Amino acid sequence: MNLTKKSKDNLITYGIVVAAYVIFQILSVTGNLSSHMKGLLVPMTYYAVIAVALNLCVGILGELSIGHCGFMCIGAFTSAFFSKVTENTLPSALRFVLAFVIGIAISALFGFLIGIPVLRLKGDYLAIVTLAFGEIIKNVINAFYIGIDGKGVHFSLKNSMELGLEPDGQLIVNGAMGITGTPHNSSFTVGIIVLLLSLFVVLNLVNSRDGRAIMAVRDNYIAAEATGINVTRYKMMAFIISAAIAGAAGVLFSHNITTLTASSQYFGYNASIMILVYVVLGGIGNIRGSVIAACILYLLPELLRGFSTYRMLIYSIVLIVMMIVNWSPKVIEFRKRTFGKFSLKRQ
Amino acid sequence: MKKLNKAVSLVCSAAMAMAMLAGCGNAESTGSAAGGGTFKFGAIGPLSGGAAAYGNAVCNAAELAVAEINEKGGINGYQVEYSKEDDELNAEKSVNAYNTLKDWGMQVLVGSTTSACSIAVSENTKADNMFQLTPSGSAVDCVKYDNVFRVCFSDPNQGIASAQYISDNNLATKVGIIYDSSDVYSSGIYQKFVEESAGKNYEVVSAEAFTQDNNTDFSVQLQKAKDAGADLVFLPIYYKDASLILTQANTMGYSPIFFGVDGLDGILTVENFDTSLAEGVMLLTPFAADAKDDLTVNFVTKYQEKYGETPNQFAADAYDAVYIIKQAIEAKNLTPDMSVSDLCEALKSAMTEIEAKGLTSEKMTWDASGEPNKQPKAVVIKNGAYVSAQ
Repeated sequence: MNLTKKSKDNLITYGIVVAAYVIFQILSVTGNLSSHMKGLLVPMTYYAVIAVALNLCVGILGELSIGHCGFMCIGAFTSAFFSKVTENTLPSALRFVLAFVIGIAISALFGFLIGIPVLRLKGDYLAIVTLAFGEIIKNVINAFYIGIDGKGVHFSLKNSMELGLEPDGQLIVNGAMGITGTPHNSSFTVGIIVLLLSLFVVLNLVNSRDGRAIMAVRDNYIAAEATGINVTRYKMMAFIISAAIAGAAGVLFSHNITTLTASSQYFGYNASIMILVYVVLGGIGNIRGSVIAACILYLLPELLRGFSTYRMLIYSIVLIVMMIVNWSPKVIEFRKRTFGKFSLKRQ
Repeated sequence: MKKLNKAVSLVCSAAMAMAMLAGCGNAESTGSAAGGGTFKFGAIGPLSGGAAAYGNAVCNAAELAVAEINEKGGINGYQVEYSKEDDELNAEKSVNAYNTLKDWGMQVLVGSTTSACSIAVSENTKADNMFQLTPSGSAVDCVKYDNVFRVCFSDPNQGIASAQYISDNNLATKVGIIYDSSDVYSSGIYQKFVEESAGKNYEVVSAEAFTQDNNTDFSVQLQKAKDAGADLVFLPIYYKDASLILTQANTMGYSPIFFGVDGLDGILTVENFDTSLAEGVMLLTPFAADAKDDLTVNFVTKYQEKYGETPNQFAADAYDAVYIIKQAIEAKNLTPDMSVSDLCEALKSAMTEIEAKGLTSEKMTWDASGEPNKQPKAVVIKNGAYVSAQ
């Protein structure tokens, strides 16, 4: 086959994901997978998906966003809202597909709206504004009270009593209590499909004309503008796609656990920074790395459960060690000297 | 360089694959007849992070109860094994913790400690048909499924009971509320309290919210209550925030009656808090650590000996939970070699039949909905101690 180096590289990425899927499915079917591990598979996929999304924004577009969980939050809430409303009227497969469409579309819309002011900024300023938007999204959703009864949709920003629901009405979004009872539709298979699709979108974007334009903007803003690239358009494009993929991760998230609350531990800036850690450790601009790093770093504290409360300490130390081993120039040099002769003789 | 990276990434991914497989390796010992000779109880709660106080209270007290039971010969002659897992106050992690315990062979779950986590876990216990008794998951949806019961009052019940109590005892004419809108527990009680207040002999004149992101300065909320002339401030919140509110109200020279619910229990133990400020604070709580009955004295001394802290109501709920399960198991004469699902079915019917006596109530009964029937106790703080308000 006449494959370019790029497409070979991409195939390896898809291959790893598919292989992981096949291995886990075999283990699961033969009963060798513990329930703990089974429970971790779906979260692993959605954290990988959002890491891919953020890598598009940070690595390819070169703009540091630390509010990406905000988009995940939007995707999660809009899709959970939809699923909850149509729970008894639509068949579950169709409903779940539509939930994805809605979650992704609305996250993309918010990506667009937020992108308008945000993308006028650069560097640190942009990072701070994305952080602020992430927090705004979380706090605004926390104030929403939405209910549905025979008369239609009721909405309030104050409290659930203001809604004036009929006795048979259903309170869907209950402020800080969020949405409970979202149907449990996410599965490992769906998660892997979403991950493959988002990889497909991002990797193809990177290798396309548009992708090269985006990277040109990243590498030299002035030169890109001077060569006639519509800078705003390409920045916007990457940002919206990134937001849309983050929304897809949110849909998986909300359909995996039955309680969805817009609280800090899921969608706050700490969570966003955790995703950023996945991206940075996996390698900025390295999509495959993000997927692997997200999986390892999500698994790590869980596999360390045996150490009980010390696991958070161990996790932090591992983070520091990984960061040094991967990125410190001195260590890279040392690795080259020590392991250089063992490197694979290929290419 | 390129080659090296390749090599390293290969090694890394191989290592990762090995680690994953190793992780899966500890094959399921769950089965139906786990252990054979012992009952296996699991508990879940936030053991690390900001809410660790609650999770530790629940897990420690459950551990204490299990140790006591084992000392006295176990349940129906069988010893009880106990394990706890951390959920970091995160519903996703709570499900992970549940799965870990399931792999360990858990037969009955005492947990989760907090509402949102408990709801998320109940989805899984329902699927596995495992009996779940949450000591302190107070949101309505926690006991949505028939296999889940709870020990504490539900949030609405606390709201209703508070409104009832304030009105019956003519405590106030104008009531101000300060609540935590980012907290499920607090806003749940608040909502029900306001609904219940309609038509009572007092009027709700202010309702101000704060969130966990801005819980250091309450002067605005207090000022609003003061301006509205509230002579009672209802605080359906946890004690840490309440201690700040009391301190700041004192600085402002505002001294209404402060009325709280069970989350306020523990306010006398807050570090650097002038407990004299809490004089006259009323709270509805099922448990007071300085009650003089034998059961409480025994529990409190043992708990203090072992963990060096005064137990709060979370601990009391969890301690009761273990004994309630014991009583239910004894009522049906169950044995540990039964499958998880059979145990669950038997316990479900046992729960509606037993009448338990514990730290948190003289008499608790359950109906199939999972809600406990027990009387709330109102206490008032006098001379730095709880005194029954009646």
